[in-house]
Amino acid sequence: MIVERPRDLMVKKICAHGFMIFFLALILFPFLVVLSISFREGNFSVGSIIPQNPTLEHWWLAFGMDYTRADGTVVTPPYPVLLWMWNSIKIGLIAGFGVLAIATVSAYAFSRIRIRGKGAMLDGLFLIQMFPTTLALVAIYAIFDALGEVTPIMGLNSHVALVVIYLAAVTLHIWTIKGYFDSIDTALDKAAAIDGATPWQTFRYIFLPLAVPIMSVVFVLAFIGFVNDYPIASVLIRSEDKMTLAVGSRLYLNEFKYLWGDFAAAAILSGLPITVVFLIAQKYLVSGLSDGAVKG
Amino acid sequence: MAITDTSAPQGSAWVRLAVVACVTAVLLAGSFYLYQLSQPVFGAILLALATGFAIIFGAKRYYGARFIFPGVAAVLIFIAFPVAYTIYIGFTNYSSFNLLSYERTIEVLTARSSVDASTEQPFAVAAEDDAYRIWLPESGLLSDVVSLQDAQSAALTPANAPAVLLDRRDAIKLRSGLQALTLTTPDGTVIQNAGLRTFASLTPDFVRTGPDELTKSDGTILMANHETGFFVDQAGENVPPGWRVTIGWDNFARVFQSEGIRQPMVSVFIWTFFFATASVVLTFGIGLTLAVILQWPHLRFKALYRILLILPYAVPAFISILVFRGLFNQNFGEINLILEALFGIRPNWFTDGNLARAMVLIVNTWLGYPYMMLLAMGFLQSVPEDHKKAAALEGASALRVFFTITLPQIIPPFLPLLIASFAFNFNNLVLVFLLTRGLPDIPGTIIPAGETDILASFTYRLAFDNAGQQFGLAGAITLLIFLVVAAISYANFVAMRRAAQRRSGRANL
Repeated sequence: MIVERPRDLMVKKICAHGFMIFFLALILFPFLVVLSISFREGNFSVGSIIPQNPTLEHWWLAFGMDYTRADGTVVTPPYPVLLWMWNSIKIGLIAGFGVLAIATVSAYAFSRIRIRGKGAMLDGLFLIQMFPTTLALVAIYAIFDALGEVTPIMGLNSHVALVVIYLAAVTLHIWTIKGYFDSIDTALDKAAAIDGATPWQTFRYIFLPLAVPIMSVVFVLAFIGFVNDYPIASVLIRSEDKMTLAVGSRLYLNEFKYLWGDFAAAAILSGLPITVVFLIAQKYLVSGLSDGAVKG
Repeated sequence: MAITDTSAPQGSAWVRLAVVACVTAVLLAGSFYLYQLSQPVFGAILLALATGFAIIFGAKRYYGARFIFPGVAAVLIFIAFPVAYTIYIGFTNYSSFNLLSYERTIEVLTARSSVDASTEQPFAVAAEDDAYRIWLPESGLLSDVVSLQDAQSAALTPANAPAVLLDRRDAIKLRSGLQALTLTTPDGTVIQNAGLRTFASLTPDFVRTGPDELTKSDGTILMANHETGFFVDQAGENVPPGWRVTIGWDNFARVFQSEGIRQPMVSVFIWTFFFATASVVLTFGIGLTLAVILQWPHLRFKALYRILLILPYAVPAFISILVFRGLFNQNFGEINLILEALFGIRPNWFTDGNLARAMVLIVNTWLGYPYMMLLAMGFLQSVPEDHKKAAALEGASALRVFFTITLPQIIPPFLPLLIASFAFNFNNLVLVFLLTRGLPDIPGTIIPAGETDILASFTYRLAFDNAGQQFGLAGAITLLIFLVVAAISYANFVAMRRAAQRRSGRANL
C-alpha cells in the first residue's frame, strides 16, 4: 500500500480499469439500447443494436407532431407527452416552493429557537418521517374522494389535491436544512440579538441569505422527488390530460398496445432534463443525507 | 440594515391581530361549511387548525412556536392524519360494495324506479322561440311551453302535431332538461322521461317508510342493518348498494383466519423481507466495492467513472423501470434477444415466479447501488489514513486492512442509512408496480396476490386494482405494515443515536 512494485502496480491498474469498463458496459447497456430503439423503425425489436433504417418517427411523435411516413401514411402521437411534462413541472415547482418555505422556517425553529418539548418534537418528527405517504394511499384516496364532494378543486383528478398532499414531504427536508443551520456559528445570532433583532429578523436578514445554497439544493431535490412520484399521482389522477409524466409513461407499455419505440423517444426526451439537473445537484444531496443522519 | 429598527411600533401589533383574526375567521367559516356538508372529521381538523393558529399567532408569549407551527401542522395534517385515517378504514367495511354514506345509500335506492310499460310512448320535441313543447304522437298530446332549464312540470293537452320537430340528435342534447321534466296527462297520470326515446309513468322501487325502513314497490319491507351496512329484506338477502359502517376487528379476523388470504399474505410477507434484505446487501456490497476501487490513489479517470457510475441513480426511476420492463420482455425484449443469440435460451422473466423475483432484484440493484457508492465514498474519506498505513507496515494484506480497519470504522455511521434503505425497499411500491405489477399470480388465492408482490403493492392492488376495491381490508393490512415500519423506524432511531454518541465521544477525546 505504501511501497508498491511497479509491475504489480501495472497489473493492478489494468485489472481495476478492466473491471470498471466491464461493469460500466453492463450498467450502461439499457441507455444505449433505448437510444438505438428511439431511432428504429416500428415498435418491435429486430436483431441489430445499430438501427438499419434510422427514422425520426418516434421523436416527431414524442414532440407531439404528426409524422408522415415514406409511403404517405400519417402517424399521430399516441399520448400528449409534452402536456404530461408540463403537468409534472407545474406541480413539481409549486409543491417544491411550498415544501421549501415550510421546511426552511421549521428548520430554523428546530435549530435556533428555544421551545419547550423541542427534543420530543424532533424525535417524533424523525420517527414519523419513516412512514412513507405511499402507505396511506387508501386514506388519501378516501379523503380526497370525500373532499371532492365539497369542492371538485380538492377532489380526485385535481392538481391542487396532488400539490397539497405533496407537502407531506417537508419532514425529509427539514433535516437537511436543519443540519446546515446547525453548522452556522451561534456568534452570528448572538450579535444580532445584542443589536436588538427579533428571532424573525435574525431569520430573515441573517439565516435566509446564508441558506440560499442549501435551499436551492433542497428545492431541486423536492422537485425531482415530486416529478418522480408514481403511487400518489396514480391514485389521485384519472384522466389522460391531467396525468403527470410518471403516471402517463406507463401507458406506453400496455400489453395490448405496446409502443416500445415511441416510449424510447418519449423517455429520453422527458428523462434527460431531470437527469442533468440531478447530476448537478447530487453532490450536495449526498452530503446532506449523510450529515442529516449523523448529526441528528 | 433593517435589524437596527427594533422597537416594533404599536400599530403593527394591531395589523397583526387583524390579520390573525381574518385568517381565523376564514378557517372557522370553512370548518362550519364542512360540518354542514356532513364532513365532520374535516371540519374538526380545520377547527383545530383555526384554534392553533389563533392562539399561537395571537398571543405574544408563543412567539417561538410561530416558527414551528407550519411544519408541525403540515406533519400532523398530511402525515399523521392520513396514517390515522388508514387505521380507521381498517376497521370499516369500506369497499366497492359499501362505498357511500347511509344518507347517500337511501338517496340512491329511492331514486331507482321502474317503467310502467303500458304508459310508455315515444316523444318528440318542438322548438318555440327559446322554449320547447313536448309532442307525444301516439296519444296526440302536446305539452305547455317549457324552458327545459331546471326541474319543471307541465300539463298535456290534445292538439295537432306541431309543424316542425327537432332532430333526434338535437333532442338528445336537451337530455338533462328532459330528465327533470314531469308531464301530467289530461286523465291525471304523471309521466316522465324514461330513456332517450320515450316518456312513461315511473314508479319508485323503494319508498322510505321509517327511519331505518324502506318499502319495496311489491310491498316487501327492508330494514337497515347497521352492523353489516346493508338493507336486508325479509328473506335475509342484502340489497346493494351498502354503506360504510365500522365492523370492528372483522378485517383482521379475515386476514388471520381466512386460509385464502393468510397463505398468500405469509408468502408475500416473506418475499418482502427477503427482497428488502437482499436489495440492501446487494446494493451495499456493489456500492462499497466500487467506492473502494474509486478511492484507490493510482486510478485515473476517476471523475469520469464516477459520473458514469451514478447515471442509474440520476435517471428518473419510473423511466428506468419501464425501460427494464421493455428490455426484459419475453417475446421482443432485447435481453432475451441477446441471451438467445449467445446461449440459445429465452427465460420467461414475467411468467416464472423465481425468474420474475430475480429480475426484480437485478433491476433494484441497478437502481440502488450508486446511492450506496456515493455514501460509501463519503464515509471512506473519514477513515484515518495512518491507521491503514500502520496496519500495512505490520505486514497486513490490503484485504485484511479493509476488513479489520476500514469496514469496522464505516459500519456504525452507515447503519442508520442501511436501515433507512431497508425501510425504503420494504415499501418500494414503484419498482414492483411498474416492473411486474406483482405478477405472476400465486395460484389458488381468493384475493389477488403475486409472486413478486411486496406488502405495499399487494395492498395497493387490493384497494385500487381489482373489481372489489377492498379499502377496509387494505387498511387493515396497512396497519400491519405500519407496525413493521414502526419497528424499523425505532431501530433506525436507536442506531442513529449511537452513531451520534460515538461521534461526539470522539470529538471530546
